[in-house]
Amino acid sequence: MSAVETLVDAADETLLAVEGVTLSFGGVQAIKDVSFDIKKGEIRAIIGPNGAGKTSMLNVINGFYHPQHGKITFKGKTREDMRPHVAATQGISRTFQNVALFRGMSTLDNIMTGRTLKMTTGLFWHLFRYGPAEKEELEHREFVERIIDFLEIQHIRKTPVGRLPYGLQKRVELGRALAAQPDLLLLDEPMAGMNLEEKEDMSRFVIDVNDQFGTTIALIEHDMGVVMDLSNRVVVLDHGEKIADGTPDEVKSNQDVIDAYLGVAH
Amino acid sequence: MATEAALGAGEDTFPKLLLRNAVKFADRPAIREKDLGIWQTWTWSQVLDEVRAFAVGLSSLGIKAGDKVAIVGDNRPRLYWTMCAAQSLGAVPIPVYQDSVAAEMKFVLEHAGATCAVVENQEQVDKILEIRESYKAIKTIVYDEDRGLKNYNVKGLYSFEEVQAKGRAALSDGAEAIWHEQIARGQPADTAIILYTSGTTGQPKGVVLTMENTLWAARVANRFDSLTENEETIAYLPMAWVGDHIFSYAQSYECGYCVNCPESPETVVDDRREIGTTYAFAPPRVYENLITLTMVRMEDAAKIKRKMFDYFLALANRVGEKILNGEPVGIKDRLLYALGDFMVYAPIKNRFGLSKVRVGYTAGEAIGPEIFRFYRSLGINLKQLYGQTEAAVYITNQPDGEIYADTVGAPLEGIEVKVDDSGEVLYRSPGVFKEYYKNSKATRETKTKDGWVHSGDAGFIDDRGHLKIIDRAKDVGHLKDGTLFPPKYIENKLKFFPNIKEVVAIGDGRDYVACMVNIDLTAVGSWAERNNVVYASYQELAAHPDVYKMVEGHVAEVNRELAAEERVAGAQIQRFLVLHKELDADDGEITRTAKVRRSFVEERYKPLIDALFDRRKSSQHIKTEVTFEDGRKGAIEGDVEIRDMTPEPVAGTNRIAAE
Repeated sequence: MSAVETLVDAADETLLAVEGVTLSFGGVQAIKDVSFDIKKGEIRAIIGPNGAGKTSMLNVINGFYHPQHGKITFKGKTREDMRPHVAATQGISRTFQNVALFRGMSTLDNIMTGRTLKMTTGLFWHLFRYGPAEKEELEHREFVERIIDFLEIQHIRKTPVGRLPYGLQKRVELGRALAAQPDLLLLDEPMAGMNLEEKEDMSRFVIDVNDQFGTTIALIEHDMGVVMDLSNRVVVLDHGEKIADGTPDEVKSNQDVIDAYLGVAH
Repeated sequence: MATEAALGAGEDTFPKLLLRNAVKFADRPAIREKDLGIWQTWTWSQVLDEVRAFAVGLSSLGIKAGDKVAIVGDNRPRLYWTMCAAQSLGAVPIPVYQDSVAAEMKFVLEHAGATCAVVENQEQVDKILEIRESYKAIKTIVYDEDRGLKNYNVKGLYSFEEVQAKGRAALSDGAEAIWHEQIARGQPADTAIILYTSGTTGQPKGVVLTMENTLWAARVANRFDSLTENEETIAYLPMAWVGDHIFSYAQSYECGYCVNCPESPETVVDDRREIGTTYAFAPPRVYENLITLTMVRMEDAAKIKRKMFDYFLALANRVGEKILNGEPVGIKDRLLYALGDFMVYAPIKNRFGLSKVRVGYTAGEAIGPEIFRFYRSLGINLKQLYGQTEAAVYITNQPDGEIYADTVGAPLEGIEVKVDDSGEVLYRSPGVFKEYYKNSKATRETKTKDGWVHSGDAGFIDDRGHLKIIDRAKDVGHLKDGTLFPPKYIENKLKFFPNIKEVVAIGDGRDYVACMVNIDLTAVGSWAERNNVVYASYQELAAHPDVYKMVEGHVAEVNRELAAEERVAGAQIQRFLVLHKELDADDGEITRTAKVRRSFVEERYKPLIDALFDRRKSSQHIKTEVTFEDGRKGAIEGDVEIRDMTPEPVAGTNRIAAE
């Protein structure tokens, strides 16, 4: 995988810091004064019951929502107001809770779209697929083929994604996110609705992405087994507030977390 | 490189053949692999370069003559090169089934005494490391694909490139001459490979094949079908299976044809189409799947297309095989067939990836005659062969122009086949294995002093000189009056009807043959839908008079076929019933690989079986306990009807069997 940048183990370097973020929609406070950080090279899980604000948090990191208070620092740069495509150029890519692929396009083309931001030649050349544009496309195609090989989806390379089973669509979506060579990969419930075998496959890919490419991963997941096995550190949200933060074992034994998940008699 | 030709003199081992091919077919493709969506080709001279570097690298890691090198993984060029590299050092390659779990693999590795393992990827490395905890003899592990292995810090673990780099470094210091000397020392009697038979009963046995055995088999097969260096084949069957070893390694080295490794096991169909194989080999189920795929898609096609498809398939069914066999066919049919080829047959063959196929083989188990004829009628020269690991595959092949769906062909040149008094097939040839590794007892039981090998299969040679296999010898029984009773042969005949899923034939030590039939819910269900047959459950459908009538028709058809074969004519089915429930692995009635557990079933359905052999009874009440998928227990209860059949008159009872 020479074409892929591998990050050196940088033990404690903070990649992303979220400080005192508050997000509200009208009177509803989705996130209340939440702070946590994501270290370079780790797998960080964000968990919590339904409506805890997990996806909102991801959307904030992603630049899709703009928090009213607080600041976000990515790769040492604190940002104010940011658009998602700027986040993407900076090195954040994501997958969605509900698969958001171009259903009529093939697996290959879908993953190719993940390379868009890396394209440098202009529209003119691409119209004729000539000269530098052709050369560039070949380079990108090679990169995409490496991802296809990595995710073991060679057999569906030319299949329109709309025809694929759900588990494979999720894998294609991961492929598209990887195509952007992100520094930080946000996965919104990558295993939702999967059967056990698909979950195991997906878990292996998540670990391999982290291991092989050194990509930092933030993931939202409901399956506790998956979260505990995969992640290095877990942050727990409930009703928009952070109630716990630590290693999977610490979080598992935290009383607040148990209450939030199992409910508590008042 | 000019010295290679001289040093390669003698073509009696594979490394020597490689040296020859690197000169003779220097720029011709030897092996291909699809990687990143593009076919990567290695010519014979490049293969020599790769094998040499790897062999010398292994040598520098201490692999020497007599060592055993385990090979585990899907069909990859590097794993094939490992075979030749090991052989060039006088070491013995031991391919192992890649999907076996660590415990099974451990048995093979330990039994063979492997000290080195060359494996495909992390999955296999993990298994070998697990085995190494208790079997410490494995010193060296080499992997092909580095994914996930970056952070492994294990002693004796190398990537394929690392070993080759060591080899290249040694080569520049003059190791090449030594390597050539090692190859020159190779003898035809050397062990070429040890193949472990998967073994349905007991522990696997290691079949030792010498260079002479495998090369002889390769030569005979290549001459038989006049194969040349221009063939293209696809390697997708397990490397540990003798068929793949002979087809994708021995025969390729012998005549220089190109072997193609698919991108992944799931892409074989597409890869085959892209390559356009000219020489194909597949077990029957692969051919069955291709037909099913086509038929299902045709169901969804527009009406006019379907009409065209049906018309031309009917035509092919009528005249296609005759045309392929070179028999006389009217001019009108020939013209229509040519039109059909353009409209239907050629596109189908293209989809199957069989457009360019010259010869295709099927073996392993019985193929349904309809399926077999389907391919032949499209103009695909599909043939059957009969082989065993112990024979380095080849025993009998169907020669062109003498194809009968019910036989496995005639013995190849140099092979003797005979049938002993008990009905077991024996064979003798230069390809016959040397011994079972470290198991002289089994060797003595299987191979006689003068070289005949007990095949374990029962069969006979028909008056055309073709061998017909009827069953495993140990399964063949006898009726009370001594008539031969081959259960699987009868069961398979019935199972070739799509409506019938499973059959249990009973007759050993009885007065006559009776059988229990399981209908196929998918096939019979769709038949019921089309024929307005209403049913609420499997049990109701199975007991429906129309279903019985249909099954009765199938049984009568099988009886007619049996009557035409004097050896088994006495084993016609006299009574049958349709089982009220499907035989199920959850109930322990069949194995997970869908083989009937005969004794268990006979025990469980004893009331039914007793009724089958009691002519007075025309139905029997039975209650059967069943296990549901979630583990709950329940019971199915009901009356099962038993039908009597009138046996067909036996034709030509006075003919003497041709031996």
